[in-house]
Amino acid sequence: MTVEQDQELPQRPLDTRTLGDPIVMIENVQKSFGDNHVLKDVSLSVRKGEVVVICGRSGSGKSTLLRCIDQLESIDGGTIRAAGHLMGFREANGKRVALRDSQIAKQQRDLGMVFQNFNLFPHVSVIENITMAPVRILKRNVAEVREEARALLRRVGLPDKENAYPRQLSGGQQQRVAIARALAMKPQVMLFDEPTSALDPEMISEVLDVMVDLSTQGMTMIVVTHEMGFARAAADRIILMHDGQVVEEAPPEKFFTNPESEHTTLFLSKILHH
Amino acid sequence: MNWSWEIFFSYVTNGLMLQGAWTTVWLSVISMALGLGLGVLAAMMKMYGNRTLRWTAEFYIWLFRGTPVLIQLVIIYTGLPQLGIRLTVIESAILGLALNEGAYLAEIIRSGIMSVDKGQTDASRAVGMTWRQRMWLVILPQATRTIIPPLGNQFNGMLKTTSLASVISMEELMRMAQMLAQTQFRVLEAYTCAALWYLILVSIWSMIQVRIEARYEKPFGPDEAVSFDAKKARRAAFRKSKPVKEA
Repeated sequence: MTVEQDQELPQRPLDTRTLGDPIVMIENVQKSFGDNHVLKDVSLSVRKGEVVVICGRSGSGKSTLLRCIDQLESIDGGTIRAAGHLMGFREANGKRVALRDSQIAKQQRDLGMVFQNFNLFPHVSVIENITMAPVRILKRNVAEVREEARALLRRVGLPDKENAYPRQLSGGQQQRVAIARALAMKPQVMLFDEPTSALDPEMISEVLDVMVDLSTQGMTMIVVTHEMGFARAAADRIILMHDGQVVEEAPPEKFFTNPESEHTTLFLSKILHH
Repeated sequence: MNWSWEIFFSYVTNGLMLQGAWTTVWLSVISMALGLGLGVLAAMMKMYGNRTLRWTAEFYIWLFRGTPVLIQLVIIYTGLPQLGIRLTVIESAILGLALNEGAYLAEIIRSGIMSVDKGQTDASRAVGMTWRQRMWLVILPQATRTIIPPLGNQFNGMLKTTSLASVISMEELMRMAQMLAQTQFRVLEAYTCAALWYLILVSIWSMIQVRIEARYEKPFGPDEAVSFDAKKARRAAFRKSKPVKEA
């Protein structure tokens, strides 16, 4: 994928938005899988309304970082604050106490996550995929939630797919439903874990369009992706992870033209020229 | 040769036999239902429980899969009274069969749950579902697909396994056949008749099983080619095409 190919993506009017206070604060996070030290003292702060793209080679820890933010993985050290929660813990008299599964679930409701493999619920229709969580978890009014779900489907460009089942949709359509499903919980932050990596090339842009659109509407987004076209069009900041650490953190202009880390130069040369 | 068709057919429709067949059916259904509950519980304990729960479940499965049902039934009915636990014949039969079935079903249910893609757990956690919501709304509905076919086979087995309850004098098909055999000494006719009844019950179940499995092996969502409505419409059209006798 070259930058040139993605030039059709609408450019986001950066100057029209003002970024708010930090909404995701990651401090000195450590994570290991057995002997494999995946995250080594990672710190990162994301402000409300900001779009941060995280890239890096596979195995650099970028997906793990995202999964840790959403508590799909527990962390071994450091702190993650997101959407006003101390993720995975509560503070009692200055001490941190690990939360139970059901309490973590409550924190997770304020974050939306989109996966590489969509992970739609195959046993229910598109509209039920979207309404399941608000109706069954938040116990909200069914008619009201359905109306919102239809609006979301229009927003992701699938107004006529409400009664389809996931298997009847293309990959790009499934991913757009997955975005709608995450948005239905009205999250304060959206996390995207390589949302276009499992898609056929011709379907990538339909998903990226929805994401760019979302970013213009002020959604705080952390996006793990190799789509440099998207990064250039929508990101406020691009982060490069290497071997479990953040090695570059720069606005797109600087990231592409004048990076500080040699890893970034190497990464860009590999991803842009092949 | 000493085989009497007359006696055989009189046995087939004998009141005792019919009563026995009915008992076999309800004993199987109740034991299966309880066994299913136990199986789900044991599978959950083994997969998601803490160490104590996990070991309890594993011990239960190991114990009941490792010993013959016959011995389990005999111990429950004739052995437990020694410890002051007295159960009726029916209670003992149901308890023994359900405990044994639960141990087998636990493994079937566990593999069904494990067959659901890990991404489903991620996705349901990401929208903020608790463990219970995740299980009920996402994992179990999908695991059911994998669990249904072996479950049907287990019920087929259960229909026949209930015959072992005859040793603790549970009055099901086998026991009734024994009683008939002892009154007239037409042993061959009596047991052949019982065998025929088992065949009938199992065959009826197989027909039901085919229908259930057909419903569950289709992919999720509407099936354009053989949707229920399409079938209904086709059947209605067929019925209309035949001349209907006026009453």
